[in-house]
Amino acid sequence: MPTFGSFALLLSLALCAYTLLAGIVALRQLATGAQGQISPERLAETARRSGIASFVATTAAAFALVWAAFNNDFSVAYILHHSNRALPGAYKFAALWSGQEGSLLLWAWLLSCYGFVLRLRHKVDVKLTAYASTILAGIQVFFLLLLNFAAPPFSLVGGAVPQDGFGLNPLLQYPEMVIHPPMLYLGYVGFAVPFAFALGALMMRYPGEKWIHITRRWTMITWLFLTCGIFLGAHWAYSVLGWGGYWGWDPVENASLMPWLTGTAFLHSVMMQEKRGMMKTWNVWLIFSTFMLAIFGTLLTRSGLVSSVHAFAQSSIGSWFWGFLIVVLSVCLFTFIMNRDHLKAENKLESLVSRESSFLFNNLVLLAACFTVLWGTLFPVLSEYVQGNKVTVSGPFYNRVAVPIGIFLLFLTGIGPLLAWRSASFKSIRKNFILPCIAWFVTAVVLISCGVHPWDIFTTNEQGSFYAFWAISIGAMVVTAISAEFLRGAGVIARHTGQNIFAAIVQLTRRNTRRYGGYIVHFGVVVIFIGISGQAFNRQVTQELDFKQSVSIGPYRVECASYSQDSNPNYDTEYALLDVYRGDKKVTQLAPEQRFYTASQQPQTMVANHSTLAWDLYVIYAGKNPDTGRPIIKIFLNPLVAWIWIGVGIIVFGTGVALFPNMTAAFAASRSRAAAPSTAIVQGGD
Amino acid sequence: MQRLLRVFALCLVAVMVMGAADVQTRYNDLGHKVMCTCGCGQVLLECNHLGCPSLSRESDELKTALSRGDSDNTVLVAFQNEYGPTVLAAPMLTRFSIVAWIMPPLLLALGIFATVVLVRRWRQRAAAMPVPVRSPQFMAMREKIRKETEL
Repeated sequence: MPTFGSFALLLSLALCAYTLLAGIVALRQLATGAQGQISPERLAETARRSGIASFVATTAAAFALVWAAFNNDFSVAYILHHSNRALPGAYKFAALWSGQEGSLLLWAWLLSCYGFVLRLRHKVDVKLTAYASTILAGIQVFFLLLLNFAAPPFSLVGGAVPQDGFGLNPLLQYPEMVIHPPMLYLGYVGFAVPFAFALGALMMRYPGEKWIHITRRWTMITWLFLTCGIFLGAHWAYSVLGWGGYWGWDPVENASLMPWLTGTAFLHSVMMQEKRGMMKTWNVWLIFSTFMLAIFGTLLTRSGLVSSVHAFAQSSIGSWFWGFLIVVLSVCLFTFIMNRDHLKAENKLESLVSRESSFLFNNLVLLAACFTVLWGTLFPVLSEYVQGNKVTVSGPFYNRVAVPIGIFLLFLTGIGPLLAWRSASFKSIRKNFILPCIAWFVTAVVLISCGVHPWDIFTTNEQGSFYAFWAISIGAMVVTAISAEFLRGAGVIARHTGQNIFAAIVQLTRRNTRRYGGYIVHFGVVVIFIGISGQAFNRQVTQELDFKQSVSIGPYRVECASYSQDSNPNYDTEYALLDVYRGDKKVTQLAPEQRFYTASQQPQTMVANHSTLAWDLYVIYAGKNPDTGRPIIKIFLNPLVAWIWIGVGIIVFGTGVALFPNMTAAFAASRSRAAAPSTAIVQGGD
Repeated sequence: MQRLLRVFALCLVAVMVMGAADVQTRYNDLGHKVMCTCGCGQVLLECNHLGCPSLSRESDELKTALSRGDSDNTVLVAFQNEYGPTVLAAPMLTRFSIVAWIMPPLLLALGIFATVVLVRRWRQRAAAMPVPVRSPQFMAMREKIRKETEL
């Protein structure tokens, strides 16, 4: 099987190289009108088919690695280092992305999947797809070169083949790890598609904005994958790392956040290009930057440029990524310089108080957030270069710099939809802002009366209350603004059709899924912000708990029912059975564990969590005190954490709605009992 | 107006001097400003390694310094001198490190300023151009849309 896998990778490289070269020749001939022995159309078609064949070859290579993992083929060095016989099947599958070579293969395979779909759907626009396919082939060639020559996943073990493998890192033996990396990679890799289309459209001086329509779904799905990947990672960190938090501003986490921020900015600003023919240069560079940041993130995790708790060890492939990044930047710059006149805006901003301006400011703030994350991640390197010593840039820096930017962004989320396109009149602003402002004021008063005092930041240096106050009060403002938008549109439909308001909201959403799906996503973002702001009120207690002893935290009393040990071929475990009471009523039993994995000889904490809408009771079995022999239990009471995961669910739903096609005018007419002209008006733009 | 300003200043001073942070709050605050040196890469009070020697040593040092009445800055400088600059969870506001704090807000402010200037310039240019004549039907339709959508 290793030989088969190596051959498949080599074949895939050859096929991709052909797609790239034949694509370049065909497109060059088409652009210049030159004719060779084969017509450029036929040559481009062979390139497309070769690209499809490369998907089959890369799939075969990925299959070979998974096969080797399931069959305990420890002659393959990668399998020896990332699997063992006792490893459960799901984690054997996850071994595909548990190490550097495997994760690069996953990247190459996902890229080939995207390429496969793109090449199958070439009839959307044959010429533009040919450009995008050729650019994608160029990216594929890079990854396949890496896999064939720099980080081969099918390298064989020298000498005698060991009977068992070294096992999978215990941190990775958690259900989320089976889906978190593929989701994240689907996001990273997926941005290659809109990047390829944007670069291709610029190269061929594509008329109009159709390329944006073609890539809109690609971009949204990719963004959704990246969003899910990031939050699955946060949930994994929360459930596995056992420090009570979900985001540590680690360089690897930051690496995933940067393309998400620029991708989010791109999703917003393309609307201005579609609607008003504005910000063309900006949009092109946004998607270029998003793709380059995805590559840069991979570089960060593999080059040893910055130290991270979950970066791969320093390896030689960092220089490959630097080289690739330089090539990509050069191609982008060259193409832009040669075709910059093609990106001239058709309209200019007419007012600072308009929907366009709010999009622009939203973009600025998102880019500022991205820069902050990039700056904080790279500042230790810069400091070492300038001062000769490294510094740490961790949570306190981001809490002071990035969080206010995030809250400002939340504020823009609320006011943007309230402004009209082109220019908003003072009257309409006053009318639209009055309800959200009242909501903000009422929430602020309620928060202060509940003891959330933003002025604590001046007296105790406590930022938590300050941020929570602003995040929750502005969140209330945004929710009111979004609700008002729904009710305003639904009211018009209800008046004209006689439907009740809920049916009218559904119909309104179906008429302009993109706009109202977007609002649902914004609502999800608010819910996430509220969840995050709960962090300001975290409490924790650490105590040695003997049999029948108890400890109280918040409204809960945690009593030790028993301690026990267990063993299976994969790990030995010590765990506590803790009864949780609220008042006199037993609400649940929690079983936090401390595992010791046999193959890797590493310990691992398994957190037990009782999650409610109000708070999480997060319990860690921290092992036994070596002096007293008594078990140590660490308990966190983390408010509102569940809201974060609910918010992600709302974002997924909202994106799904936005991806759904609009209800056709004909269908709308058949459902509407009133005259068409008046109801059609609310189908306005975003 | 002057009276209003005086009241505002009084409120501000009152808020600023409202109670000093107690030792436990300062311990919690400073414990989140220094890193654990065991290599876990976590903030001191978030290190979850059982029996971590660095955690107990550093937290003891922190408690001793606070009981001595050292200021926050003195405590942080002492930690930096003992363990090196990487022990601080964020750069201090000194020399080159201040750049870390200034750059992001500075760039955001510059971006906003540049946008405002640019939009004003575009608006002035647009104002100099003749206004396109709209048909009465178009204007009536626009007014109807405004009413329908209440925008």
